[in-house]
Amino acid sequence: MIRKAIAIALIGLFGSLKAPFEKSLDAAQERARLRTAPLDLGLRERVGQFGFLAALSGFRSPVAAYLWIAAHNAWERTEWGRMAGLFDTVTTLQPRSPLYWDMAAWHMAWNASTAALRDTSQASETLRLRNQRQYFELGRDFLERGIRNNPESSFLYSSLAVLLRDKFEDHCGAGEAFLRASQLPNAPPYVERFAGYELAKCPGRESMAYSLLRRIYDEGPEARKPTLISTLQELEKKLDVPERERVHSRDR
Amino acid sequence: MTIQIAAVARNTFTELVRQKIFYIILVFALCAIGSSVFMARLTFQEEFQMLKDVCLGAMSIFTSLLAILATANFLPKDLEERTIYNILSKPVPRFIYLLGKLAGIILLLFLFTLLMSGVFCLVLWLREHAVLVETRRQFAQGPAEELAVALHAVRAATFNASLIPGILVIFVKSALLASLTLLISTFATSSLFTIMIAMAIYFIGHLQSTARDYWLQGTVITWWTRVAVGIIALLFPDLQAFNLADDVIAGASIPLNVFLKTFALGWTYVAVYFAVAAFIFAGREL
Repeated sequence: MIRKAIAIALIGLFGSLKAPFEKSLDAAQERARLRTAPLDLGLRERVGQFGFLAALSGFRSPVAAYLWIAAHNAWERTEWGRMAGLFDTVTTLQPRSPLYWDMAAWHMAWNASTAALRDTSQASETLRLRNQRQYFELGRDFLERGIRNNPESSFLYSSLAVLLRDKFEDHCGAGEAFLRASQLPNAPPYVERFAGYELAKCPGRESMAYSLLRRIYDEGPEARKPTLISTLQELEKKLDVPERERVHSRDR
Repeated sequence: MTIQIAAVARNTFTELVRQKIFYIILVFALCAIGSSVFMARLTFQEEFQMLKDVCLGAMSIFTSLLAILATANFLPKDLEERTIYNILSKPVPRFIYLLGKLAGIILLLFLFTLLMSGVFCLVLWLREHAVLVETRRQFAQGPAEELAVALHAVRAATFNASLIPGILVIFVKSALLASLTLLISTFATSSLFTIMIAMAIYFIGHLQSTARDYWLQGTVITWWTRVAVGIIALLFPDLQAFNLADDVIAGASIPLNVFLKTFALGWTYVAVYFAVAAFIFAGREL
């Protein structure tokens, strides 16, 4: 009995000695964004008792994978509402995975919105358009939340830019998002060019778009894509660039 | 002394291997291959993400279960079969016997993790290869820039350097659980009791950081809340510190200093739990 009491005391002593080390490790893991956000109790109702316990016990990713497959099955049955709920749960479980945010947004803004527009059970076109718009908004919400959780992801900024460009026709927003994506690590090389194209359509941002695209043009013949040249030419006219400085007077 | 430890460890390892636990590797391989076949319906990014989710999750479950269930059985089995008396009647100190047992299970857990990692990497590599071939075929007529971006996207979605430290941390957590279970078994009266307590500590260890955040976020924090949180933090390991796989799968990288600190903390737990186990076992009546 005495030995057991001493053993508990020894473990307690070790506990007090390790506490500062664990605290500094905890902080270091948080700085490295390795401690995923704590789960909220609302999740318990969505994934059930067992799923919640599994998620709390270090098995968040397998639970998320299982729910993602369930969402995929819901997609095959075109159950859009159920899909949105499942995506919400998956992104809560794995907020650091840009892929989940991006795919969730894509399903909502592209697939679900198209289905809403073609919904034959809804006679009113106004209501169909409103539903379509709501799915666009849902897609944007997923991407914006994804960016808040993964501010270093150029992938999510690019997806947001594409969504703003194609679904909202918000060229200023799309240009800014492409520009932000191009400044982040691992950004694909075309993103900066796309930022220029979108900013060229944004009132008041034409000169910025021109200097950005002109810099890409000056990188050499490889960078001189047809769209780049035609956009530059349009901007030159709009900005009244002197003839001798225009791109058409240069060799390709 | 080293020879004695090696002899007990080898014997423990052989005993465990004879229990055909390596068949679990087959189950793991089926999980990995089966999920990769099923996931082929998804996009390649989704497929690789699911594959990593399933495989690292299965690795964590299998190693943790093996560490607890196999270790819980050591002492009751040796007592029942009376082999412990044969060993301890020779000039083998009790702590050497325990250390040999722990070394045996840790060696087994290491091999187990290595084999599962091998299966996982092989399946991932095969799927990556298939997707790369398909991507090259699809972009054969397109510009080189687009092909390069597409190939980079495929490679970025499969292997990343943090997978290795992520898997090593899973192994360290299993070694910690083995050492903890050995400690419980030194005073337990049955293997069932040991398993139940070890599983309870497993859950407490994972839940304690969440519980701590939740309790200490309240507007009114009573003194007994602080005492309860303090006692839990003192007596139980914070297993959430070893749960880096979720973020590794998501593509996060583990800085070297964080990995080394986590690794060192894990082995410190192993050493301390072993020392306390040896202390209790030294006074136990057999």
